[in-house]
Amino acid sequence: MTIADRAIADRRCCVVFVLLAAAGTLAGSQGARAKADGPIKIGFIAPLSGPNAQNGRDILNGFLLHLEEIGYHAGGRPIEILVEDDEAIPAVGLTKTRKLVERDKVHLMTGALLSSTGYALAPYIDSMRIPMVFPVVSADDLTQRRRSKWIVRTGYSGSQPNHAFGEYAYHTLKLRKVATIALDYAFGWESVGGFRRTFEVEGGRVTQRIWCPVFVHDFAPYLAQISRDVDAVYALFLGRSALQFMRQYQEFGLKQRIPLIGAGTTTDEHVLPFMGDEALGVITPLHYSAALATPANTKFVAAYRAHYKRVPSYYSESMYTGAKWVVAAIDAVRGNVEDSAALVDALRSVKLQDLPRGPLRLDDYGNPIENVYIRKVERVHGELQNTVIETFPEVTQFWKYNPGDYLKQPLYSRR
Amino acid sequence: MAESNKHAGDGPTASAKNAAIGRSFTRRRKTVPGVPALALKTVPVVVSILALLVAGPSVLTSYWVGLLTQMMIFAILAMSLDLLLGYTGLPSLGHAGFFGVAAYTVAVLSTAHHAGFWTCVASGILLGTMLSAALGLLVSHVRDVYFLMITLALGMVLWGLSYRWIPVTGGDNGISGIPRLEAHAGLPVTGPVAFYYVTLLVFVVCGVFMALIVSSPFGFTLRGIRENESRMKSLGFNTWLHCYISYVMAGAFASVAGVVWAYYNGFVSPTYLDLTASSELFLMVTLGGPGTLVGPALGAGAIVVLKNVISAYTQRWLLILGTVYIVTMLGAPQGLWNLRRRHRAGS
Repeated sequence: MTIADRAIADRRCCVVFVLLAAAGTLAGSQGARAKADGPIKIGFIAPLSGPNAQNGRDILNGFLLHLEEIGYHAGGRPIEILVEDDEAIPAVGLTKTRKLVERDKVHLMTGALLSSTGYALAPYIDSMRIPMVFPVVSADDLTQRRRSKWIVRTGYSGSQPNHAFGEYAYHTLKLRKVATIALDYAFGWESVGGFRRTFEVEGGRVTQRIWCPVFVHDFAPYLAQISRDVDAVYALFLGRSALQFMRQYQEFGLKQRIPLIGAGTTTDEHVLPFMGDEALGVITPLHYSAALATPANTKFVAAYRAHYKRVPSYYSESMYTGAKWVVAAIDAVRGNVEDSAALVDALRSVKLQDLPRGPLRLDDYGNPIENVYIRKVERVHGELQNTVIETFPEVTQFWKYNPGDYLKQPLYSRR
Repeated sequence: MAESNKHAGDGPTASAKNAAIGRSFTRRRKTVPGVPALALKTVPVVVSILALLVAGPSVLTSYWVGLLTQMMIFAILAMSLDLLLGYTGLPSLGHAGFFGVAAYTVAVLSTAHHAGFWTCVASGILLGTMLSAALGLLVSHVRDVYFLMITLALGMVLWGLSYRWIPVTGGDNGISGIPRLEAHAGLPVTGPVAFYYVTLLVFVVCGVFMALIVSSPFGFTLRGIRENESRMKSLGFNTWLHCYISYVMAGAFASVAGVVWAYYNGFVSPTYLDLTASSELFLMVTLGGPGTLVGPALGAGAIVVLKNVISAYTQRWLLILGTVYIVTMLGAPQGLWNLRRRHRAGS
């Protein structure tokens, strides 16, 4: 509603801008006029078009759900959210963020999907001293070797659930040889890296690592490479690629021969409703499942379903919790968001109870300590769901390692 | 083979064109030596644009200063393509490749190897130029649609390299964390305004160089090749060499733009040298008016504004951009800047 009003009011300015570049001063006086009693401006980027549009839609919906619950008010001031489409391309994300920060003068940035976008934004965010909350972006180094005072994460780091999963795969699933097939960018490298580390420490072996380009269209050449003597295949995909991979994995006759495990996004609820029996039995780790049977989650899932007629994905939950987190911080500084340093301190010291995913607190590096759930795809009441079959409580981004030693080792890469 | 085609195409239109070249030559002689008449008419416009650019940061917000910086960087790039497309008549669809190679060179050297400022700048420009010198050998003997196809393919190869040579380029992640130019160069001043004036300086130097090139006898030879290559050949010009040098120079100026872009953006990724980037560049030139230098620079500015400002208001900004192109192509096929010239000639 506020967005529409703004758009109409500004459309006239827009014409002026195009005709007369010098009229940019108008924008300046507008920006400077935003006083402490004006609305709190939250800049928001998400892929709303392209192959990851469903992820982006869930990201936006989760955030808006909580803002609607509180009536777009926090810390005694109205909240205005400015949404931009980053098309899941890091370069576009940077352009849009620049626009939100410098032109719209947002007080706080949030949103984003891909790890690569996170890495692209981080130096800019740091130089502009704008508080940034990443509820979804899981690029490890944002809270490890390249951490910034201005970046707070409420989601997870890519390797975090996979450290736990590596041990689980060895001890409980009794796997010894695993092939991995994953998207060829930061999130893929870090997730596979985390899994491989703990899996191989226990004694297992990742015999093969296959990487697919991010905008992969056909998996046939990659599936043909999988050697048939492994105990399981670990797959990491999201959005359109997850749907297509599952289908082709079955069509190749691999599903009956080699069990499939993978990263949480591969069977996440943003794609699960569009999958069929090919997804049954796939085991993945993540810090959330829509099938979690806690009162807080049941309530959240019911509210989300009532609002958007869909099951919430981990993206929805992440952004819902992210919104709660942001609102709590705004309340903590009593709406004085102009003081960026105080706001970012407040963001780091938020404490919330009864979240859909379970307990959540931040470590000293700005990354969550939270439960990791091992989930298995099952069909319940005719609908596919990620049934939780094991819980690793309070997992940190460093797993069982000492943070100092951990950070001395290089970031997981594709090598 | 291409020559015989040209001969077959020679007819009344070709002779009219030749007459036009003749006119531009004679007109040139009538005015100040070395300065074509057309350039004289352009001078007031250029001077007023420059005056606005110099005064800009004192009245504009940091966002608009940033946007103007982007406009100038892409203006250098569009003008460099104009050397090829507008003056030599060689339609290149891989021009963003040199821009990208230079930007990646700066990114890799400054982040992974912690190289100094001048090393980065020199290597960026040198590598881009050397690459265009090497690729120029492959493309300079073909014309028209064949040139378009080969440059497109080479552009795709460069994009593929940035996308899949992951140990060096980071693939789809791109490379972030390129130091700020002011800090890297050890300038006493920092901030977007300081960077703006550095870019303005580069823009003016490149602009002057390119203007000198196109108004030199060499530049007129390029125009001659554009209008009628076989005739230039029979006059004794080495047209292959002229095309080759024009290609290398265009690559060199594109590399300069790439270096500045890497510092401005602090981040490079394959997006900046893909086919979309190259064709967008192509459109900047055709929209502004090929063969004018000023036109493509304005075209670049217009498209940067459209991309950044219009997209803030509507998700369907590509639709608007497309409409602008179509209207321009129908109403002013020679580009907006040439439209102005035609009106003047008429009046």
